[in-house]
Amino acid sequence: MTTATTALPIAVDQQYEIAHLKLVPKRHVGRMIAATVVLALLAALVRAFSVGQIEWSYVSQFLFSPAILAGLYNTLVMTVAAMTLGIVLGVVIAIMRISGNPVLSSIAIGYVWVFRGAPALLQLMLWFNLALIFPTMGIPGLFEFRTVDIMTPFVAAVLGLGISQGAYTSEVVRSGLLSVDSGQYEAARTIGMTQMKMLRRIVLPQAMRVMVPPIGNEVIGMVKLTSLASVIQYSEILHNAQIIYFANTRVLELLLVASFWYLFVVSLLSVGQHYIERYFGRGSKSIRSAV
Amino acid sequence: MSKNILVKAIDVTKNYGHFCALDKVSLEVTRGEVCCIIGPSGSGKSTLLRCINLLERMDGGGIWVNDELVGYRREGDNLYQISDVEISRQRRRIGMVFQRFNLFPHMTALENVIEGPVHVLGEQVKDAEERGRTLLERVGLAEKANHYPSELSGGQQQRVAIARAMGMRPNLILFDEPTSALDPELVSEVLDVMKDLAASGMTMIVVTHELGFARNVANTVAFMEAGKMVEFGLASEVLSAPKSARTAEFIKAVHS
Ligand SMILES: Nc1ncnc2c1ncn2[C@@H]1O[C@H](COP(=O)(O)OP(=O)(O)O)[C@@H](O)[C@H]1O
Ligand SMILES: [Mg+2]
Repeated sequence: MTTATTALPIAVDQQYEIAHLKLVPKRHVGRMIAATVVLALLAALVRAFSVGQIEWSYVSQFLFSPAILAGLYNTLVMTVAAMTLGIVLGVVIAIMRISGNPVLSSIAIGYVWVFRGAPALLQLMLWFNLALIFPTMGIPGLFEFRTVDIMTPFVAAVLGLGISQGAYTSEVVRSGLLSVDSGQYEAARTIGMTQMKMLRRIVLPQAMRVMVPPIGNEVIGMVKLTSLASVIQYSEILHNAQIIYFANTRVLELLLVASFWYLFVVSLLSVGQHYIERYFGRGSKSIRSAV
Repeated sequence: MSKNILVKAIDVTKNYGHFCALDKVSLEVTRGEVCCIIGPSGSGKSTLLRCINLLERMDGGGIWVNDELVGYRREGDNLYQISDVEISRQRRRIGMVFQRFNLFPHMTALENVIEGPVHVLGEQVKDAEERGRTLLERVGLAEKANHYPSELSGGQQQRVAIARAMGMRPNLILFDEPTSALDPELVSEVLDVMKDLAASGMTMIVVTHELGFARNVANTVAFMEAGKMVEFGLASEVLSAPKSARTAEFIKAVHS
């Protein structure tokens, strides 16, 4: 015990001497068995696909065909349009909900209740068939048009998907707003910010940290949800794949082509989400150390 | 009203349901002076500060800052509640420093300081930044300008919060227990900044348990208890020769 500190000496008897012992690592027998079984199953699956009646040449032939790429483009356009509408509505509804104005907050609660309560596919079809009950729309005397002319598959799909998405997103936004400490609201008020400026500059940027992961999830969900629009003849990727396989009967091959593109887009979005999370996590310790 | 009175609170009353948090509280602060408010926890000190900058709406009485009635507009025999935009305008000239700092965590120290000047007062970013750096230098944090609040100690965060309040060029700064959330060794760095600020002629109302600070810096001291203004007078008199037995007891208890 030759230390310069004034610590009390600690007696080390022989039974406490462990430095010279050999360290035997823990054996993970269970893990090895599980891994072997899973790998075997995976190999069987790959084999099944390779010997199955899949004409891989069709897959590669259609992967970059113009009809499929056009469908992919329409899928992306629909995702962006419907999600933008969903987020805008989500923010507006969430702010109405916490506004303290009983009329606005009741409307917000009613909105979420109605549009979360019906399947998205059904809502889409409702919009598409709106002409059955409202043959014309507009402001009487000012302008008017036939509903069938404006309620195209695109418009019906954006409304159906975006409005029902808004109901979900508003709950995400609301939880984000609630996650911001009340001291932040007070600090913003004391420097003379108006309600809107406070939301935009102080509250929403902090709420984003909480909101981005679930909204990222919703965007990814929306990529796939747009396939519902095939039902009302919107030419997204699944719809176009169907048109092709109705003609050439290569059903599975074309479904695989569509799957590939969905997976590709979702992968790109996951990477993007990582960077967006990092941006909104700035100034926060936990995110910082994780990067 | 005398030209030198900056804050005048007359019979301010505030109820939370049936609970009376402020019971006809009056206070007067002269321009360029420091008023310390002391008193036990729950006596209504924070509530009074929050009424002054309209974070709470009072139920009775009136507060004038710079001869302007806070929160209301007088027209003939009527008092009208002013609009939210008007409230924001009134708050601009009243800074506030909180017990828990409440810095904006997604902004650096400098961004915190220039947020109000740029986005509320409409100053040019370049000018605001230059002044923001000067303010940070004044609170001894020039080299921390680009640090986020999470990278600063409590004392440093509170000094940034003071710089942020000063950024708005306030007539008055309210401090609500600015050192109560700090580790003991960090208290003096914040009090020193506040002392400098007082010496520069800033009008300040400071809720604090630091009687030493009150003794050295305050011009007037108010002692509150159970929503009432028990004693209000010159600092030397209230702290050294209190008229009320309750004030004397409280001062003794804090010192022991
Ligand atoms: N929002 C509120 N709702 C109900 N009671 C409150 C509220 N804010 C403060 N109070 C009560 O008012 C009293 C005074 O509070 P406060 O001004 O914070 O005291 P102090 O700052 O002197 O410790 C306390 O009893 C507290 O419980
Ligand atoms: Mg308090």
